[in-house]
Amino acid sequence: MESMTIGTFLWTALGAFLTLCIFSFLYKDNPLYKLAEHLVVGVSAGYFVIILWHNGLVPNLFSRLSDGDFYFLWLNSSKPWYLIPSILGMMMWTRFIRKWAWVSRWPMALYIGIATGLAIPLEMKNRVLTQLDAAMRPVDWANFFGNGYLDPISGYSHIIIFFGTIAALFYFFFSKEHSGVFKGVARLGIWILMIGFGASFGYTVMARISLFIQRIQVLEDFTNVAWGGSGAFLLIWFITFGIFVLLSIYEFIKYLGRPRNA
Amino acid sequence: MNIFDRLMSIDRRWVFLFLALVCVVIYASDISVKITVTDEVRKIYNFTDNLKPGDVIFVAIDYDPNSLAELHPMTYSIVEHAWRKNLKIIFTSLSQNGPGMADLAIRQISDSLAVPQEYNGVQYPARTIVNGEDYVFLGYKPYPALVIVGMGQNFRIPFPTDYYGTPLDEHPMMRGIQNYDQVKCVIDISGTSGVDMWIAYGQTRYNFPLALGLTGVMAADYYPYLNSGQVFGIMGGMLGAAQYELLADNPGRAYDAMRVQLFAHMVIILFIVMGNVGFLMTRKRSKL
Repeated sequence: MESMTIGTFLWTALGAFLTLCIFSFLYKDNPLYKLAEHLVVGVSAGYFVIILWHNGLVPNLFSRLSDGDFYFLWLNSSKPWYLIPSILGMMMWTRFIRKWAWVSRWPMALYIGIATGLAIPLEMKNRVLTQLDAAMRPVDWANFFGNGYLDPISGYSHIIIFFGTIAALFYFFFSKEHSGVFKGVARLGIWILMIGFGASFGYTVMARISLFIQRIQVLEDFTNVAWGGSGAFLLIWFITFGIFVLLSIYEFIKYLGRPRNA
Repeated sequence: MNIFDRLMSIDRRWVFLFLALVCVVIYASDISVKITVTDEVRKIYNFTDNLKPGDVIFVAIDYDPNSLAELHPMTYSIVEHAWRKNLKIIFTSLSQNGPGMADLAIRQISDSLAVPQEYNGVQYPARTIVNGEDYVFLGYKPYPALVIVGMGQNFRIPFPTDYYGTPLDEHPMMRGIQNYDQVKCVIDISGTSGVDMWIAYGQTRYNFPLALGLTGVMAADYYPYLNSGQVFGIMGGMLGAAQYELLADNPGRAYDAMRVQLFAHMVIILFIVMGNVGFLMTRKRSKL
């Protein structure tokens, strides 16, 4: 407690309170949840505007136009060409005036043109050519079983990847009826896809639990700050659980007492 | 209504409650679990560990506070490990709500090195991490793809100044550092689609060694890039962070959370089995 400031206590307490507000949604939607949700959206939007101003516009436009002197020396700038992107940026704002909205198409066209020109060759190499190459590597028979289970450089991994890719592609080939051998390969393709979805699902479960664990840690930090690590976070949790249980029992009683034809 | 019907109609709130109860009780207990380290995490550790003092690495802290549960432990363990090895780090934060959080994390990690510690049997004396000498934090710029391409030509194009407003040329560390050619690797710790841009516009175009630290939700989607050699290592979710902490002999919050993860997964598997048994039995009965 001796090193704790009032500010630390208040911010940590606010964090703990908002955490519980968000968790209250697990019971059902309520004003406390709405408060926390709107606060997150509002703070994020406000923060982003300030970050954009100080990290984007000021160093990359204003400072360059004013040669380090802020704002009012634009006409004396040694880099006047920075006016061009600033004008293009302002042209985007014409979208808000119906009569002049067409002007915004010029900077938009320029941006999309640059982005497309940049993206097509790189994405072709990144997502198509390199991945094709990776799916068709020669099998290293000398290292067929690799150094351990599912070793990505082993020979059998290459065989699984090659046939798995072909089978998954078969499933998405709808120009031919799925029957006979084709059906068998397409079913193998479904299995391959399901294994992929299962891996994603498993990771997603771990991710969601991770978020909850981190919140437990934050509440423990709060009780450590407030009461010096007496394990009081358990008390807060059990009070929360108790409220949750009482409310759930109340809902259950309401459910039992509902009209039968409802 | 028999037991299977009840299984099918159980209120989801009881499931949440039971799961939360298990997590909190396990967290409060002294149970510990062992974890194994996967090759894709070990490769990142070995790469960093084998660099020479003074080498420069690039760490992109591309996530918002909503992903910090999984990704902060990665940032803390990697950066602390790199600074213990006397590496120099260039940071960016190309996620719009991330720069303030990244700045705080960098300061906290700096503070943690201010006391002598022993890791993997090696004594590390206390040291002061100096902005401009040990690291440079470039901050945020919008449109990550263009920023990544711009940095490939010169860091000074998208970032004439660092996050604190100091021109990059005033930092001793940045002398002779022009672009990715002078950094040994890029480690992108990401909870956003920015990771696609690092692969496409960074690694594919400039061919630097790239490692990824990803949220659990994203991790499985990026293993094809590991297989193709476009990335040399992946840390997936809190487990990846825990593995790095274990390798760096610096167990922290991710490693501590693994015991809770274990029991939470057991509870979820139990509920999945119960739900499927209930579903199959009620379907079987309806067919009769």
